[in-house]
Amino acid sequence: MDWTLLIDKSILVLVVFAISLGVAAYATYGERKIAAVIQDRIGPNRAGPFGLLQPLADGVKFFLKEDITPTGADKFLFVLGPALFIITALMTSAVIPWGHSFFIDGREFSLQVADLNVGILYILAVVSVGGYGIMIGGWASNNKFALMGAIRAASQMISYEVPLGMALVAIMLYSNSLSLRDIVDMQQGFRWNVFYQPLGFLLFLICTFAECNRAPFDLPESESELIGGYHTEYSSMKLGFFLFAEYINMFISSALIACLYFGGYHFPGLDSLGLHPNLLAVISILVLFAKILFFIFLFMWVRWTVPRFRYDQLMNVGWKVLIPLSIVNVLITGAWLTFVK
Amino acid sequence: MKLTNRSKVVVDKELTWVEKLYLPAIVKGMMITFRHIFKKKATVRYPEQTRPVAPVYRGVHVLKRDEQGRENCTACGLCAVACPAEAITMDAAERQKGEEHLYREEKYAARYEINMLRCIFCGLCEEACPKDAIYLTDRILPSNYARGTFIYGKDILVEGITPDQRVDVSKRKKSYEMNT
Repeated sequence: MDWTLLIDKSILVLVVFAISLGVAAYATYGERKIAAVIQDRIGPNRAGPFGLLQPLADGVKFFLKEDITPTGADKFLFVLGPALFIITALMTSAVIPWGHSFFIDGREFSLQVADLNVGILYILAVVSVGGYGIMIGGWASNNKFALMGAIRAASQMISYEVPLGMALVAIMLYSNSLSLRDIVDMQQGFRWNVFYQPLGFLLFLICTFAECNRAPFDLPESESELIGGYHTEYSSMKLGFFLFAEYINMFISSALIACLYFGGYHFPGLDSLGLHPNLLAVISILVLFAKILFFIFLFMWVRWTVPRFRYDQLMNVGWKVLIPLSIVNVLITGAWLTFVK
Repeated sequence: MKLTNRSKVVVDKELTWVEKLYLPAIVKGMMITFRHIFKKKATVRYPEQTRPVAPVYRGVHVLKRDEQGRENCTACGLCAVACPAEAITMDAAERQKGEEHLYREEKYAARYEINMLRCIFCGLCEEACPKDAIYLTDRILPSNYARGTFIYGKDILVEGITPDQRVDVSKRKKSYEMNT
């Protein structure tokens, strides 16, 4: 057993874990600020300078709230739901390459927890399990609104995972690999996949909105119709887990979009500057995070612009528009690779 | 009747192919929301900033003193009678020897309470008062956690004696009062 590798990876896992939670916490702050400025308001500004301590205050509040389990609820599943949801949300970060490798004492320190050769399949698998968290939570609550939310979540996730997978198939065809690091390294120097797969990118983006239960696809938790949907009966930190996991999902999805379509940690011209490898690693991390933050902003920007879909419209768009388009996209990519390239 | 130039006639026509894509419309909407990010904010940061109020604004009451710092109120009870919400209660007392510097006339209010939860800020107490004693001011009634704290006694209502503690009610005075 290679102990240094184990220690390296443990440190990386802890750091990625902490960053995921930190970004998710500040995404809640960002969401409130962006919602405010879009609606000509100011937003949270009381806790600390510019309200920067607001996520801390929210977290403390979640812990201090009374933890209610409804009498009719299934006690075990009621706890399992949010636990499963947040665990799967945190697990997806394992295969994302965060930057160039560090070199310390001539030893390579890779910034990817696990370079799985089937990284994309792993993400698809874990994301699907995350859907169970919502379904179990909604079912265990023994509440009609929660059940409605869970049903919507299940049908939405099934419908939108198909075009999501199809968009990924086109990427796999194009890059000839299922490993995220290979896909990212292929896009070195402005050969970003978004230029070769514009339709695929659009499909992927729309489907990630649906997978993250974000507006305009936030039917599973629509406050106005389902009073919170699948987490209606949840309170205290269990509710916090659901909400938190959603923001972690958003962070990971943004990282995925950046990796799959926008060159990940690569920036045109950066690799040829001849920088020290460690400095290059730091800059590459910053480049990736800049891209991630842009997509998190996009998520929020869309949420505060577009109204929610109706349920039948959602299914129409999913099955009658996105899936045919994604199949066409795969066909075009295949034909292009066979006959042109 | 045409009120503005912005009204649009609703037409129930088939959507064109571009409109059916929805994406141009979404991008257009997102541009609108993006522009709003840089617009002037409508927020008034309340405790630090306050909105300007009208000169005749009716806020928390004040019990006035005269120029020599003596309380104007004689506990006649006209304000309590005039009050449609029955928010005012008072106990009258007789001025003792040596209290001439505190109360202007022989009778004064030993206890004067306004229940701010009942008060509707109509200003009828002010109109009923023959002694120029009670006025409504431009001060806003602060919120609180306990109901009991909303019964304002003389300790809150009566203005201070020193010039800087006086409450300006000149805006609320009628023109004929100002001349006298």
